[in-house]
Order: sequence, then C-alpha cells, then structure tokens
Amino acid sequence: MEKVISMVHGSGGQATGELIHEVFAAEFDNETLDLMEDSAVVKGGSRIAITTDSFVVTPVEFKGGDIGRLCVCGTVNDLLMRGAEPKYLTCGAILEEGASVDQLKRVIHSMAETAREAGVQIVAGDTKVIEGSGGIYINTTGVGTVPKDRDISSGNAEAGDVILVSGTMGDHHAAILSERMNIETDIQSDNAPLGEMVGNLLAAGIRVHTLRDVTRGGLATVLKELAEAAGKQFVLEEEAVPVTPKVRDFCGMLGLDPIYMGNEGKLAAIVDREDAENALEIIRHSRYGKDAAVIGRVEDGEPGRLVMKTGIGGERVLGVLQGEGLPRIC
Amino acid sequence: MVTLEEIKEYLKSYDGPEINIMEVCGSHTAAIAKNGIPGILSPWIHLLSGPGCPVCVTPSSYVDKLLELAMEPGNVIVTFGDLLRVPGSTPVNLSQIKGKGARVEMVYSPLDMVPLAKNEPDKTFIFAAVGFETTTPAYALLIDTLIRDQIQNVKLLTALKTMPEVIDHLCANGAPIDAFLAPGHVSVITGYECFEPIARQYRIPFGVAGFKGQELLAAIYGIVKLVGQGRVVNFYPSVVSRQGNAAAQKLIDQYFERADVAWRGLGVVKGSGKLLKDEYSRFDAGSRGLVEDHKANRACCCDKVLMGKMKPTECPLFGKVCTPMTPQGACMVSTEGSCFTWLTNHRTQ
Repeated sequence: MEKVISMVHGSGGQATGELIHEVFAAEFDNETLDLMEDSAVVKGGSRIAITTDSFVVTPVEFKGGDIGRLCVCGTVNDLLMRGAEPKYLTCGAILEEGASVDQLKRVIHSMAETAREAGVQIVAGDTKVIEGSGGIYINTTGVGTVPKDRDISSGNAEAGDVILVSGTMGDHHAAILSERMNIETDIQSDNAPLGEMVGNLLAAGIRVHTLRDVTRGGLATVLKELAEAAGKQFVLEEEAVPVTPKVRDFCGMLGLDPIYMGNEGKLAAIVDREDAENALEIIRHSRYGKDAAVIGRVEDGEPGRLVMKTGIGGERVLGVLQGEGLPRIC
Repeated sequence: MVTLEEIKEYLKSYDGPEINIMEVCGSHTAAIAKNGIPGILSPWIHLLSGPGCPVCVTPSSYVDKLLELAMEPGNVIVTFGDLLRVPGSTPVNLSQIKGKGARVEMVYSPLDMVPLAKNEPDKTFIFAAVGFETTTPAYALLIDTLIRDQIQNVKLLTALKTMPEVIDHLCANGAPIDAFLAPGHVSVITGYECFEPIARQYRIPFGVAGFKGQELLAAIYGIVKLVGQGRVVNFYPSVVSRQGNAAAQKLIDQYFERADVAWRGLGVVKGSGKLLKDEYSRFDAGSRGLVEDHKANRACCCDKVLMGKMKPTECPLFGKVCTPMTPQGACMVSTEGSCFTWLTNHRTQ
C-alpha cells in the first residue's frame, strides 16, 4: 500500500523525526543542516540579501518540473535579481494528510538537485502536517551576499537603456494550465535557476541597471512596474518578444496573452545601450538563455508608461495584469 | 491588389463622413485592442463593440439560477473560466460561493464533463452552457455522448445565442451603425449567407473578418469603402464559406430548437437563441424562462455599450467603481468584454 502522510508525522515525535531524516536530511545533506540545531549558523558578508517565497502550485509535479525545483528556482532567482550571490535556503514544508510519501521524496530529491545546480545549501527546515487532501506546500527563504559596489535595482533604468528578455514568454504558465485543464500538449515549464546567466553578465562587466525575473503577471506586469519605479517610458516591439509557436497557439485557443503569462526561469534585463549586443550574446550562450532577445528600449517620455508597437504598426498601451488571467470561453 | 501600407494610409487619412463600425465578436474586440488598431484609423472611423461576448450578454437570472444550483448539495457546476466572476442580480458571483463550499470546476471543453461524471455517479454535474453558434455544436456533441454512454448525471444550464437575430435587433432599434465586422468564428459554422438579408434590408455592409491584425485592417478597409451598400463580403475565405458547416448545423438542429431568449441589457430578442428540444429536456437544468435581467449596479451602462450607443469610457462607473477586480457589469469581466479590453489596453477611441 502506498505510504501517505498522516497527522502523526506532524506530532513532533518519532514519526516526525523519521520523516525529516528519511525524506529531507538525506537529500539536503550538508554539515550545517546535519547538526540539527534550532537555527543554522553560517558564514556571511557585509551586505546580505534576503527573500522568501511560498509555493502552492497544483499539480505538484508538472511537465518540465515540480514544486521542489520550483521552490529553489523562484527564491534563488529573486536573490540574483538584486545582484546577490545566493548562498543558503531554508525549507518550510506544509504537508496535508494523505500526501504520498513517494511523491514527497521525489520533489525533495528534485529540490536538492536544483539546489546543487544553483550552488546553494539548504541549511534549515521545518515540517508541519495539517488536515486536507494530500497537498504539498513549501516555503523557501533565501539568503545571499551582495558585493560592496553592486547596485542592481528596479528603479535604475535610464533613458537610452535597452530591454532584453532571456527567452520565450509564457511557458511555465501554459504548462501548468494545460495540466489543470487536461489539455494535451507537450509545452514544458521553464523553471530554472538563472545563476550562471547572471554571473556571466556581471563577470563580463555588462552595465546591468535592472534585473527582474518574469514570474506571475508576466512580462507586461513586470515591465510596467519597472517603468513606474524608474519614472521612465518603456517602448516594446511586439514582434521581438519571443514566444514559442506552441505557447502562441495555446494562448490563441484560450484567449490568453503570452505577455501576461508567468515564467519561472526567465529574466528581463535592462542594460546600458552600449553593452546591449554583448549582453545578448552572453545570455544566449548561458544555460537557459538560447532564445534571448532585445525587445525594447527605455525613453524619457511619459513616466511609468509602457507601450508596445504592434506588428501592423499600431500602439498598445499596457498595464499590469487585471484579474486572474482566466481563459476565455470561446 | 492593395498593399497593407496603402490600406493603412487610406484608413489614417480618411476624412469623409463619420463611420461607426461595430464588431460583434468578443475575439475581434480583444484582437483590435491587442493590435492597436484604433490608433491606425482616422478619427472619423469609430470602432464599437457589440453583443458578441457570450459572458457579457448572459442575463442576471441565468447567473442567479446557476448560483442557486451551485448551492444545492450534490451538484457540481462546471464552467469555462470567464463565467466565474460574472455578477447576477446581486454582486455575488460563482467564484465567491466557491469559497463558501459550492463545488465549481473549470474545464476547457464540454466533453471534459464526461470523465468527471463517470468518476462520481452520485453527483449531478451541471454545465454552464453559454455561447454562440461557435460553441453550440460542442454542447450537441456532449448530449450525443451522454446518450451513447448512458450517462445520467449531467445536465446543461443553457444560455445559447445566435448572431443574425441580435444584429437584426440592433439595426431595427436604432443602433448607430454604418458597417459590421461580422464574426469570423461564428461564420465558420453558420456561413455568411445568414447576414445577407440584414445587409440588404438596412443597407449596411458586413465584412467577415479573421483575427490577425492584417485581416482586421483589410476587412475594415473593405467595409469603409462599401458604406451605404447592403453587401456581405467575405474577408476570411480560408475558413468561412457562404453556407457554413452543414454537419455542425445538423448536429445543433438535432438537439436544439430556435427560441426567444434574453440578452443582458437588451431584453428578450425574438428567435435569438437555442434551447434543448422537449424530447431532451431531461438534460436541461432549468434553462427555460430565464428572462429576468436586473443590474447589480443601477448605474451600469452595459446595455448601452452593447448596443453601440455608448463607449465604455463614457459609463460613469468605468474604471472607478467598475474595474476588472470589482466588475459591476458583465462587460468588465470577460477578457473579451468591451469594457475590460478598453480599460486594460487604456483605449480611448
């Protein structure tokens, strides 16, 4: 019979201990965690970046990823977007009664593998069990260090800067929606840690003014927020925004717009105009960046305005995502 | 052959009499905004959004009935996404009562009901079957499958509408329209022949249009040149024919019959919808007689917007009380609703 999580796993007693050792510690395995102290004591730096994120995705496993990979990528990428070097993660798991232990093992294994890829250690954790119907939720807090003179921030875009994205838009969102709605497609989630890409850009001395991972709300929402933060006008070229034909068809079918759909392994970068070409080459040669493109520019214009030049020569003024991005009906 | 550049140049520099063009398809409304088409046109050419978004034209009594069914134990409401947030005669919607324990499932195709219903034979699955001619064949196919597989626990609450009759209704009731962009997807099923009598009677040109920017511009150009002439021109010949899809029409006619149905804001329009035939009434969750239509907010101008008598931006609630997060009328809910697309694309003309 399949092993499932029950309330006893949340008791704090023997069953909890066994679960933690068997499922979590075995995978995360590092000196700090192995001490099993009440808090992890780690080496630091003078400027610390901290972020936290909770992952509640359904289904827990999806095409191209799972909640374990996702909860590392999401948090690590948030650190990277401030120019931080990700160092440590925590793992707070909330398990519903009835959760499959095998599935939990798979996602925790995936979490550990992704953490290794991203070069971070998972040094602290917690597990709780609640009533429910087999759900798995994970919160990760990430800690990184920021070199002394590094200043990458959402308000730093300057007129003349160039806007790039590291790849195709909407893949993660489309993958999750297709699973939820039982639509046959092989669209894969793009969940990926972007450390190598960001590291390559910074190592090459690219003047990176702003980085933002293009997650919930999609590209338009993210860029609208950045335009407002910088007090500049952003102008995008519709035809330059990369979207795979499959995602485009999927969106067409459901009435969704790829520029309002989330990714979990794509970033938008705003860089000095003179560095744009180099930046594009570097991203394209980095892992997860082969479809990168220059999609627009920063202008003085009307502060906070985001406008897209459409393929047929029209202009479309864009705002943040409204509502939930539900598929339309016909 | 006219080039795209020539078409754009003509439409931009047009300075003849003012022209109101109505698109009667929600997907056209969305595509027009996404392509930034209003900015390509002369200020003398106005694009109005008609009653072409199925969610927008569903009367409040339908939503009320759906909410009532959702609260009955043992019922599961199955719907397409858009309908979740449409208010009935009160601001309450499906999404909110879902939070209070009602079971509401979202699917992509009506046929997705079949495995759901088979898995839980003790539940009654009620499909919120809204739509136009485009979607009706899928519901007919569902009934076909239910009969074949002897599935007893699925019912439909229908709000099925037909386009030609409502367009006729608009023309007969003084909607200020000089030309129509005829709905591309609907025409695939119906063929464009059904618009010809209306075009002739009111001397209004119809252009059947596709959904790409170029296709829309070509159709707009075509009908601007035909204003005053009662002609139907097919600018979407790759998929639309004069007679339409006979097999789909036959399937619809097998299970559904023509009926007088209510449209949000427009009232009951003669012969403008479909209801399940009497012999299939066992599949009907109570769709007949849903004609009451009350505004959740009395100041809501959805009716005037749907008739082309008012721009969304002229409604006093637009963008203030009524937003996609707090929709007061159905046109602000659907991603194809005229108010939603005007607001989210910052459209002003």
